[in-house]
Amino acid sequence: MHPLAADPINRRLLDEHQRGFPLAGRPFARIGAGLGLSEDEVLARFAALQAAGLIGRIGAVVAPHRAGWSTLAAMAVPAATLAAVAALVGSYPGVNHNYEREHALNLWFVATGRDRAEVQAVLAEIARRTGLEVLDLPLEEAFHIDLGFPLRWT
Amino acid sequence: MDLTGEQHALLAALADGLPLVAEPYAALGQRLGWSEAAVLDGIRTLVEEGVIKRFGVVVRHHELGYRANAMVVFDLPDDELQAAARILAARPAVTLCYRRPRRLPRWPYNLFCMIHGRDRARVLAEVEAATTAAGIAQRPRAVLFSKRRFKQQAARYGGEAAA
Repeated sequence: MHPLAADPINRRLLDEHQRGFPLAGRPFARIGAGLGLSEDEVLARFAALQAAGLIGRIGAVVAPHRAGWSTLAAMAVPAATLAAVAALVGSYPGVNHNYEREHALNLWFVATGRDRAEVQAVLAEIARRTGLEVLDLPLEEAFHIDLGFPLRWT
Repeated sequence: MDLTGEQHALLAALADGLPLVAEPYAALGQRLGWSEAAVLDGIRTLVEEGVIKRFGVVVRHHELGYRANAMVVFDLPDDELQAAARILAARPAVTLCYRRPRRLPRWPYNLFCMIHGRDRARVLAEVEAATTAAGIAQRPRAVLFSKRRFKQQAARYGGEAAA
C-alpha cells in the first residue's frame, strides 16, 4: 500500500468524500471542520494524494449517455503489434480505459464522443487503419448505482 | 432530456476535476465567465437530474493497492439476467454491472461486471462467491484480468461510466 494511504486522516479523506462532496463556497474548509484540520491542511493533503496518483480527480462522475455517447470496444490484436495498435487507439482524445486483457479479444477500451455517430466513426476509422475488426459493445442497461468505492484497509 | 449549452460547458470545465484552491467553484466560474453561485447551482441541477451520478473524490484503484482488476462476463438467458445482475451489482467488490449486446459468434456474453481486488486470488474468490449468491455459478462466463493499462485519463463527456 502507498505510504500516504496508511495515514488515518488521509484514509478518511479518500473514503468519506467519494460522493456528496460539499457544494459550498469553501468546501475544503468545511471538510476540515469535520476533521479538526485547517483548510490549508486539507488542501495540502488532497494535493499530495493527487500528486501520488491515489486520487484521479475530485469532481463529477457522469451517468452514461446523458452528456454524450460512449461504448466499450474490443479487438483481437496479434501480440507483435499490440503495443502499436494500443498506441494508435490511445491517440484518439475520446478514448480512455485502454487495457490489455487475458482473452483472444485482448485489447479493450472505452470510446466517447458527442453522439453515437461520432463514436462509431472513430471505431470504423480504427478498424480501417489497423485492418482489424472492432467490436462495438454499448451499454444497454445499467444495474450498478455508483456510490464510490468502499476502501477496505485491512 | 438534452443538456443545454451551459450544462455542456460546465461539464467540460469539470472534466479535469476541481482545482485544489480554497474557492474552487469561484475558480471554475472565472474560467466560464460565471458567478460562483451559478456554478454551484449548475452542479446541483446536474446532480438532481441524474446527469452527474456522483460528485466527489475519484480514487484510483490500482494505486491504492487494488492491483487485480477483472472484467467478468456472463452469457445469461434474458429472463435470468435482471435478477442476477441486481445481486451482483449490490456486492461491494463489483464496481460496474452492465448489460451489453452479444456479438455472435465472436462474443457470446451479455452481462459485464468489473471486480477489483488486492490480488488475483481474491478476485477469483469473489467471482465464486458472487456467482453463487446470484444463482449463476453454472452459467457460461469468462474472467478477463487486465494485464497492461495503456492509457487512463479522466473521462470527457460521456465516458468513464461505461468502462
